[in-house]
Amino acid sequence: MPTTGTPTSLSQGSRTRGGIGESTLRPDGTLKVTGEFAYSSDMWHEDMLWGHTLRSTVAHAEIRSIDIAEALATPGVHAVLTYDDLPAPVKNYGLEIQDTPVLAHGKVRHHGEPVALVAADHPETARRAAAKIRVDYAELPVVTDEASATAPGAPLVHEGRGDHHSGHVPHPNIVHRQPIVRGDAGEAAARADVIVSGDYVFGMQDQAFLGPESGLAVPAEDGGVDLYVATQWLHSDLRQIAPVLGLPEEKIRMTLSGVGGAFGGREDLSMQIHGCLLALRTGKPVKMVYNRFESFFGHVHRHPAKLWYEHGATRDGRITHMRCRIVLDGGAYASSSPAVVGNAASLSAGPYAIDHVDIEALALYTNNPPCGAMRGFGAVQACFAYEAQMDRLAAALDMDPVEFRQLNAMEQGTLMPTGQPVDSPAPVAELLRRVKARPLPPEQQWLVAGEEADVRALPGGLSNTTHGEGVVRGVGYAVGIKNVGFSEGFDDYSTARVRLEVIAGEPVAVVHTAMAEVGQGGVTVHAQIARTELGVAQVTIQPADTRVGSAGSTSASRQTYVTGGAVKHACEAVREKVLERGRRLFGTYHPAWATAELLLEGGKVVTDAGEVLADLADVLGDEAVELELEWRHRPTEAFDLRTGQGHGHVQYSFAAHRAVVEVDTELGLVKVIELAVAQDVGKALNPLSVEGQIQGGTTQGLGIAVMEEILIDPVTAKVRNPSFTDYLIPTILDTPTIPIDVLELADDHAPYGLRGIGEAPTLSSTPAVLAAIRNATGLELNRTPVRPEHLTGT
Amino acid sequence: MRVNFTVNGREQRADDVWEGESLLYVLRERLGLPGSKNACEQGECGSCTVRLDGVPVCSCLVAAGQVEGREVLTVEGLAEYAGNRAAGGGASVPGAATGEAGAGAARPGTAPHPGGSGELSPVQQAFIDAGAVQCGFCTPGLLVAADELLERVPSPSDADIREALSGNLCRCTGYEKILDAVRLAAARQEETV
Repeated sequence: MPTTGTPTSLSQGSRTRGGIGESTLRPDGTLKVTGEFAYSSDMWHEDMLWGHTLRSTVAHAEIRSIDIAEALATPGVHAVLTYDDLPAPVKNYGLEIQDTPVLAHGKVRHHGEPVALVAADHPETARRAAAKIRVDYAELPVVTDEASATAPGAPLVHEGRGDHHSGHVPHPNIVHRQPIVRGDAGEAAARADVIVSGDYVFGMQDQAFLGPESGLAVPAEDGGVDLYVATQWLHSDLRQIAPVLGLPEEKIRMTLSGVGGAFGGREDLSMQIHGCLLALRTGKPVKMVYNRFESFFGHVHRHPAKLWYEHGATRDGRITHMRCRIVLDGGAYASSSPAVVGNAASLSAGPYAIDHVDIEALALYTNNPPCGAMRGFGAVQACFAYEAQMDRLAAALDMDPVEFRQLNAMEQGTLMPTGQPVDSPAPVAELLRRVKARPLPPEQQWLVAGEEADVRALPGGLSNTTHGEGVVRGVGYAVGIKNVGFSEGFDDYSTARVRLEVIAGEPVAVVHTAMAEVGQGGVTVHAQIARTELGVAQVTIQPADTRVGSAGSTSASRQTYVTGGAVKHACEAVREKVLERGRRLFGTYHPAWATAELLLEGGKVVTDAGEVLADLADVLGDEAVELELEWRHRPTEAFDLRTGQGHGHVQYSFAAHRAVVEVDTELGLVKVIELAVAQDVGKALNPLSVEGQIQGGTTQGLGIAVMEEILIDPVTAKVRNPSFTDYLIPTILDTPTIPIDVLELADDHAPYGLRGIGEAPTLSSTPAVLAAIRNATGLELNRTPVRPEHLTGT
Repeated sequence: MRVNFTVNGREQRADDVWEGESLLYVLRERLGLPGSKNACEQGECGSCTVRLDGVPVCSCLVAAGQVEGREVLTVEGLAEYAGNRAAGGGASVPGAATGEAGAGAARPGTAPHPGGSGELSPVQQAFIDAGAVQCGFCTPGLLVAADELLERVPSPSDADIREALSGNLCRCTGYEKILDAVRLAAARQEETV
C-alpha cells in the first residue's frame, strides 16, 4: 500500500503564450478547489501511527525526573521517547546556532518546549498517553526582558555558550548585537533645529498560517526514512535532521507535501525530527499533526521589540541624524535571531538619506517563546518606529508628513547606514506621491444611499455599537524598505533541473527544483519562465524534494529572484544545447543556423527576425536534453561587528501605504476603511500573484496594527492566548479594500529586472494604520497593536 | 459506535467511531475525504465548513454522532451539487447518482472522491480565475460558504459577501481576490440564468 497524498507533478499547458508578465493561473488551482490537493496533514499510510508531543507546562525549570511507565503501558501506545532515547551523539539542532534540544535534557527554557514523544494507533490515544507522562519540574526564576536578562546575577538561559556570536556580545543572555556607526551623529545633532525622540513597543506576532505543522515519516528498508512535510526549505531541514538521527543525509529522503501557508513560521523545524524518531523506533509510518493550540508552541514568532529612536532635522526639513536602539526578544533559542538583528540594524534608518547615524540592535535570550522568522524579518519592527518618528518630525516642523518624507527620501545612489550604495531604482518619493494622489473614500461611507447606517461599515460592525456617533476619521502614511534575499555574505544559491523532451509529438519542459511552494505561486512562475525561455506550451512542475539540489528558503522575498533565476539559467543552458543539436542536425540546410540569433518560440526554432528554421520536436527527436545547474545572485559581505559597515544586502524592495481609518472614540474601536498601497516590483512576472502578495502582506501588517499579539505572562513567561479564539487575525470584515498601484522599474542586476515583493507590503501597512489612528484621535500611541483601552484611556 | 449518514449524496457508514470524534475527523480519517481542513478545532477559522442538511457548519464542532441519518455536503461534492442545482435540481442534496461509493467504512486513502466529475462549480472556477487561491488551506471551507451564499443571494452586495464569509479566516490573500471571486461567480451565474 503506497503512501496516499504523495505529491504528484503539476502539468499545465497554455493556449496563450503563458510566459512571464502574464497572469497565468496556478497549476495547482484545480486540485486546491476540489479538495484533492494533498497537504501534509492529509497524508495517510496503511498501518500508520499518530505521534504526539508532550510539551513543558512551565517556562523555566529543572527536570528532576520523567516517568513514562504509565504512558507506555496504555493500550494502543507503541513508543514513548525522551531525551535518553536519542540515537546519536548530536542532540541539538538550530538554523544558525545548534542550541535547540530535540527533546528537553534536564531543563526546559520556555513554555511549550518538547519533553517527550508518544506514538499510538489513534491520535486521541497518543494525546491521553502523553498526559500520563509524569514530569517533575523544579521551577527556576525566569528572565523575560532586557532588565531581567542582563541584571547582575541573572540566570543564564544558556550556560557555557561557544557559538560564533558568544565572543562579541556584551552579556551571555544577548544572542547577537550589531552596532552601525556612520558619520558623526553627535556633531550633526548640534546642527538640528528640532530633535524628537521616542520609545516604541512592538508586540509578538504569530505567523498564523492556516495549515498547522504536520508530516508523515515512513521508515525505509535501508534503515533510512522518507519524510513528507510542509516546510520552507527542504535542504536546511535535512542538514539539521540527519545529525540527530545519526543517519547520512542520503538516507533521509524528503518530499514537500502541500503547505498551508508559512510566512516564516516553517523556517525552523517542528515535527520533522520527532516524526522520524518515532518512525525509526516503531518501524511504522508515523503521522504528526499539531492542532492550533500546539501550533502556537510549535513554531517561532515574530520578535517583539522595544525601540528607542532620536531624529533631528533642520528647519528646512532635512534630517540631520538618527540614533536608535532596537532590543529584540529572541526568546529561549536562537533560531534566526542573529540575522533578524542584522536586518533591524541595517534597515533601521528606513528609506531615507541620513548621513549621520548611531545604531544598535540586539536580540536577547529570555525564557519567552523562541522568536525567529516572520514576513518582514527585523525590518517590520524598525519601520513601525521610524515612521512614527517621521510624523513627529513633520509635526515639529509644521510640515506635511508626506512632503517631509519625500524631501528626505532615498534615491538610487543613496548610501545605506552600512555604507552600501543603493544601486537600483529606489522610487520612495514616487510611491508616496501615488498613494497620496489617490482619491479618498467618501466620508460617512457607512450611510447606505444617504439614509440608514449599515453597521457592517462602522467600527464595531454587526455588534451594532454605533450608527456614526463618536466616529472620527483619520488618514496616515508610511513607507518602508526591505532587503531581498539572504544577506551578510550568505551563499544564497538555488538549483534547477530542467528537461526538454518530446511527449506525444509535442515539446514539453519538465522543471524540477526543491523550492517550497507555500502558496506564493512559485510553481506558476517557474512554468512561465520555462515557457518564455524554451518556447513551449506544456510545462510539468515536478514535486519538490531532496533528489535535486537545494533551492534555498522560501523566505526573504527571494524565491522568484533566486530559484526563478536558477530556472531561467537552466532553461538558457538547455536551450543552448538544443540549438547546438539543431546546428549539428540541420545546420547545412539554412545559413541562419550559423549566423542568426536563434530563439525557441511556439515550439519552433526561429531566428530573431522571426524566420522558422525547424520544429523543436524534430530537433529533439527521441532525445531529452536535461541539465541541473546552480545559480547565485551577486555575493554580499558581512557587516563589520563594530561599525556595521559592509555591502551586506543584495536588493531592496519598497512599498508605501495610505491608511484611512474610522475610530469610535468612545469605545476605542477601529475600522480600517481603506489601505491603499504602491509598490515597485521591478517586473511583475505574474501580475495576479503580485497583487495577491501585496494584499496579503498588507493584511498581515493590519493585523499587528490593531489585533494580533501573543500575550506572555510577565511573571511566569507562559503564553496566555494560544488559540484563534484569543489570538485574533483579520477576518474579511476587518480587512478593507486594498487598491494597488504597481510600479515596474527594472533592477538590472536581477532576472528580468524583477524585485522580491512578498515582504515590503507588510512593513508600511502597520505604521500607516497607526498614523491614521493618531490622526483621528490625536493620541501618541507608541505601541502596536493598538487595543481599545489605548484609545479610551480606560 | 456506528454512524450512518449521507455524504455528497451517498450513503456512508463509519464503524468504531469513538464518541469524542468530530464530524471533521470522521470525514477526513475514516471516509477518506480530507478536503475539509482542520486549522483550529474551535470553530474560529471555518476551514472545515461543510453543509449539514443544507446549513453551513464548522464540522470540527459537530460530534460525529450528531450526523446520524443526516446529509452532509463537503467540498468534494460541491461541483456535482452545484451542477445538479443548475440543472434544476433546486437546492437539494443530489441523490446517489453514481451508486454506493462507500458502503461499509471506506478505508482512508482508498475511497474514490465522490462527485469527481471533472467539472468545477462556478464558485470553484471563479476562485481559480480571480486568484483567490494561494496556499489554499482555507479554500474548501470558503467555497462551501460562498456557494451557499450564492444559492441564497444570487447577487450579493460586498457587505453581504463579507458578512457571509466572516467566519472563514484566510491568511494569504487579504480577502480582496476572494471578494473578486464571489463577485465573478455571481456575475457568471447571472449570465447563465
